[in-house]
Formats: sequence, C-alpha cells, structure tokens
Amino acid sequence: MSESNRALRDLAAQDYKYGFVTDVDSDTIPKGLSDDVVGLISRKKGEPEFMLEWRLKAYHHWLTMREPTWANVTYPKIDYNDIIYYSAPKSAADGPKSLDEVDPELRRTYEKLGIPLEEQKVLAGVAVDAVFDSVSVATTFKGKLKEMGIIFCSFSEAVREHPDLVKKYLGSVVPHTDNFFASLNSAVFSDGSFVYVPKGESCPMELSTYFRINAADTGQFERTLIIADAGAYVSYLEGCTAPKRDKNQLHAAVVELVALEDATIKYSTVQNWYPGDKQGKGGIYNFVTKRGACRGARSKISWTQVETGSAITWKYPSCILQGDDSVGEFYSVALANNYQQADTGTKMIHIGRNTKSTIVSKGISAGHGQNTYRGLVKILKGAANARNYSQCDSLLMSDTCGAHTFPYVEVKNSTARLEHEASTSKIGEDQIFYCRQRGLSTEDAVNMIVNGFCKEVFRELPMEFAVEAQKLLGVSLEGSVG
Amino acid sequence: MLTIRNLHARAGGKEILKGIDLEVRAGEVHAIMGPNGSGKSTLAHVLAGRETVEVTAGEVLFEGKDLLAMAPEIRAREGVFLAFQYPVEIPGVSNMYLLKAAVNAVRKHRGQPEYDAMEFLALVKERMKLVEMDQALLNRAVNEGFSGGEKKRNEIFQMAILQPRLCVLDETDSGLDIDALRIVAGGVNGLRGPERAMLVITHYQRLLSYIVPDRVHVLAQGRIAMSGGKDLALRLEEKGYAWIENQPRGAGAPAARA
Repeated sequence: MSESNRALRDLAAQDYKYGFVTDVDSDTIPKGLSDDVVGLISRKKGEPEFMLEWRLKAYHHWLTMREPTWANVTYPKIDYNDIIYYSAPKSAADGPKSLDEVDPELRRTYEKLGIPLEEQKVLAGVAVDAVFDSVSVATTFKGKLKEMGIIFCSFSEAVREHPDLVKKYLGSVVPHTDNFFASLNSAVFSDGSFVYVPKGESCPMELSTYFRINAADTGQFERTLIIADAGAYVSYLEGCTAPKRDKNQLHAAVVELVALEDATIKYSTVQNWYPGDKQGKGGIYNFVTKRGACRGARSKISWTQVETGSAITWKYPSCILQGDDSVGEFYSVALANNYQQADTGTKMIHIGRNTKSTIVSKGISAGHGQNTYRGLVKILKGAANARNYSQCDSLLMSDTCGAHTFPYVEVKNSTARLEHEASTSKIGEDQIFYCRQRGLSTEDAVNMIVNGFCKEVFRELPMEFAVEAQKLLGVSLEGSVG
Repeated sequence: MLTIRNLHARAGGKEILKGIDLEVRAGEVHAIMGPNGSGKSTLAHVLAGRETVEVTAGEVLFEGKDLLAMAPEIRAREGVFLAFQYPVEIPGVSNMYLLKAAVNAVRKHRGQPEYDAMEFLALVKERMKLVEMDQALLNRAVNEGFSGGEKKRNEIFQMAILQPRLCVLDETDSGLDIDALRIVAGGVNGLRGPERAMLVITHYQRLLSYIVPDRVHVLAQGRIAMSGGKDLALRLEEKGYAWIENQPRGAGAPAARA
C-alpha cells in the first residue's frame, strides 16, 4: 500500500464529528404500532378529525403491504413493533413564544451544530424552522414572511391553522397508499415543515430546516409539504446531522412539492446522518419518498441533494411533469464510505407536452461502500417533444467499493429525445501525486479532486450551502483512497 | 543545493538507478541526457518522492536536509518543483484554484502570510506573460483538454508562480513544436537566477540550444556515464548515445563534480 493510500485510510478512520447526545426530557409513548398509537399521536398533536382519519386509512393500508426488497441494499429485518413512533422534547409542549423560551440545552445543541437561530440570520437571509426530534421548537421570521402571505411553519401548526390547504394538497403527490415507507409515514408522521407561497410571490429568503434525530430508538417520520401557487418562487434547504448511536434508527420521511402554473420550487438537501462506524455498525436507515408535481404549465421543480450520511439510503426525489413546458431537474452527489449503502436516483415522469428533464448524478464509493444509481425516465403518450438529458458519473476510491447504475427508460411517444451519458473512474494516484508535488497534503488533494468531480452539482446549491456541502464531503471521505 | 550520493532505486521490480552521484549548486543549470530507459525520469521521480519508485541505497541532500525523508508535499513546500513529463488532468478543479492552494501551502510552510484573492490575481497577471499563458486556460480545469504545448506551458507557469529553489524539468520538450519549445524555454530562462538551480532532463540536444546548461551529464544504464560542459550535448547529438555506451566507464570528463 502506498503512502498516500495509507494517509487516506487514516483520514477515513476519523470519527463522526457530530456524535453527541443532548440530555432533554422527552415526552415519549411506548414502542409499537396500533390504532391506539396512531390515535394517540394525532391526539397529542391536537389534530382535527380529518387528519386522524387519514392516518388510520394509511395505517390500515400499510398493514396490507410488504417492505420492498428490490433496492440494492441489505440490512437486518426491521421489527416495526420495536420502534417508538412519537417523541417530543417536553419544553415544546407549552410552545415557546420566542427564542428566549427555548430550552437552553436545545439551543446549545443547535449552537454545536452551527445552526444560527439568531439575528444574524436575518442578514444572511435565512429563516430557520428547526426540527429537534419530532416537533418544531422554534420558527423565526415568520412575521416577515407573513406580510407577503407566505406561510412557513411546522406541519402540526399548518394542520391546525391552515386545514384547508393541508386537506387539499396532503397526499396529492405521494398518496397514503404509495409505498411501504410512505404509508408508514402517513400513519405516524410526527412533524415537519409546511410552506405555501401565494400567487406571484417570490420568497425573498432561502427557507431552511435543520433536522436532527435525538431521542434513542425513535424513528423519525417527517412530513413536508411545499406549495408554490401560480407564478410563485421558493427555495428550500434541508440539512441534517444526528448524534452517535449504537442501534440502527429508522427514518422514513415524505416530502411533497406542488408547483402550479409558472411556479418554481428549488429543494436542496445536505444529508449527514450518522452513517455507522467503520465496521458498519449502527447508522441511520433512511427510506425517503420525495416527489414533486409540476402541475401547471411552465412550472419547474429542481432537486439538489448531497447525501453523505446514513447507513442505508433509499431515496428517489422525483418529478411528475404534468403541465406543458414544465421542467424537472435532479442534481445529486451520493457518497458511500465504509459499509454505507446508497440506492438513490430519480424518476422523471413526462406527461405534458414539451416537458424537459435533466438528471446529473455523481456517485462516490469508498471503503466498502456500495453506491447505486437507479433512475427512471418515462415519456407518456401525450408528452410530445419531451426531452431528457441524463448524466451518471461514478468515482471509485478503493478496490473494495462498488458502483452500480440502473437507468430505466420507458418511451411511449416517438417525438421524445433522450440522451444518456455515463462514466466510471477511479481517483488517480497520479492526480493525488500531482497535487502533492505542488505542495498540497494528500487530504487536501483528495478533497480538491472529489469536489471537482461534484462541481456540476455543487453549483446548483445556494452559496452558503455549497460551502457546507464541500466541507461535509471532505469530512465524510477522510481516508478513502485505495 | 542538491547532493546525490550513490543513489540506487527500483521501479516496477527492476533496478533502474545503480549508483548516481551528482552535485548541483545554486544558480546552476544541469542537463541530464540519456537514451530511453537509462533512468532519467526515475531520477526525477525519486527527487519528487513518487511512491512507485523505491530507493534502495544512497542519499539525497537538499540544502543540507535529508530529502528522501520528506513527504512529497513537504519537498514541494521546501522548494522542489517537478515539471511533469505527462501532466495529469483534474476535471472540475480550475487551474487557478489549484495554484492558489499550492502557493498558499508553500507560503504557509515558509511562515509567510497567505495571498488573498487580489494579491494572487496580481501575481498571476504578472507571471502569465512569462510563458504567454492564455487567460482562458487559467479558468479551465487543470490540464483538461489542453494541447500538449499548453500542458507544458502550464507547468512552467506553475513554476513561475511557486518560485521553487530547485526545478526539475522532466522531458519538458517532448511533444512540443518549435514555437512552443521557444516559448517554454523562454519561460525557463526567465526563471534562471543565482538562488535557483535547475535539472533539465531531456532526450534531445534541441532543448539545450534554448536552455543553455552549465553542465551536461549523460545517463546510461542507471549511472552517470559521462559529464561535461554544454559542448557534450552537441557531441552526443552528432555521435548518438551508442558512442557513450561504447566508452569504457569513467572516460571523458569526470562522472561527477564535487
């Protein structure tokens, strides 16, 4: 093994930097799932009747479903009755009116994570809806957004304050019957974010939510719904870190986006949940359903994701291109290091005429990581002149990792034009040596080369986030060439 | 500045260098010539710290320090620069970005303040002229889609930015047409100075018409078979490498100069 390999491996051996546990009293219900538990969750959140009905419908449907096995991932069987389905920090029960009322322990956690809830955020132009465990405890700058008619709040609040909007759009993109994990989420979802941008309004700041899993053995079931009304624009950022845990934690989120006529939604994710240790022990199971509907003509939905964490990632942010001339985009960097497994990609469903989609996927495999791109481009009969461009690049950083690509294409209209490019390369000793000869450390060289590989995706991220993503990738990759 | 004593090295399971002795002083330009497979590039790789080459015996001192004990990046920061024979492409990493990181790594090592964007840009603007570097190449990914000549020019440009003490040019003339050769050689000459030494590795005399060396060494079968002044290159050109190989060992000028 060459010296640079060794140095890289040492780097990889670095510990997860965000592994700490905050001591907060959690308001937790017993393990397992039943009609009663679903009812209890709904009651605890003070939900109206329609929500409870919806949850129960989803739960009953879920009972008839089986966990999917088609993904290119392996993990021990999950006992769904050994999971706590609801946990909320106690201090949230009374509902803090301002930051001063937030549990100081919580605030210290946020500070450790570098989540800025303070005034400086105004200058940075970011409103933060921080989710600690399952309940949103602090939402800032709502007032400012309110003036414009923009709703940015926790999902629970939306259910109480804006039931008509929730009723109209909840499950309209990802129905409660959609898939095993989405149905489970529909039954027990705890909280999440809700955004509504009214007609013609352009949201003046990036909306940002930080998720963080905290209480032990608590599955997290976030539910996010974003609606951009005709001509509206919104950019939403999602980022996460989790404290270190021994036991695998299940996470099954659902994100639904709805873009009406001429509306644009940009959704960016940096995901850094605990990936497990170097032997592959522990780590988050991340089974997420993210889907956006371009309902109106000329609407646009753009997904950008940087996936560095989780033991298992099962995630396919997708676009349903219903409106004529609508546009769907998917930019992804997925990293699988140590024993991480990532099966991720997108679905672009072209329904309307002149619909366009772009897929840029960058998969990085290191250690014993297994990285799979799985994508579907589907052109329906009525989708005249549909266009798709797909690019899937894989970077291998060791001899023990794997990169897999499963691009599916279904075309029912002969006027469609599809392009697909794919490449697989191994990070070169030559490249690393070249950089070292110019004075860079091996670590800096690898970071530079990997960031170069990911550039097309990073430039889609909002500036602040792009910097964070680059750092995160560096941390996650430490010690990985071989 | 550079002292090589009894250097033996293996690469690809074969002994390539079989006892090199060489002394290069500040301000001097030494040419290393020799036929293919004589060990020229291996010598360059040993100096830069390439891990594919294994040093089996001997020592290399750079300004009195044990060069072989240093990691490649430390050598670079100490002032050893290798202009690669085959510069690699690094997609997505801009030339400017790499260079700024490199120059600041070197400055940090020397206890100098790092350049900010403006200072760096000013430096780039000034040094670009030296090798008639096209501005567009600076913002492109490192060597990606560069022509052979552009890659070599880029190497010399990097050298001009980093201001190393010892420059090792590994067959910088290979693949260059006559115009590019003139530009590259002009750049190298512009960097000659009393504080800087250069080791110019080449197969052909042609480059040495532009970069006139103080000393010429001929490498054959892993040893310095002959050393001399700049005329030695001309004699080689005329008689071919077979002439050297037919000489008894130690003939001609002394193999090395203390």
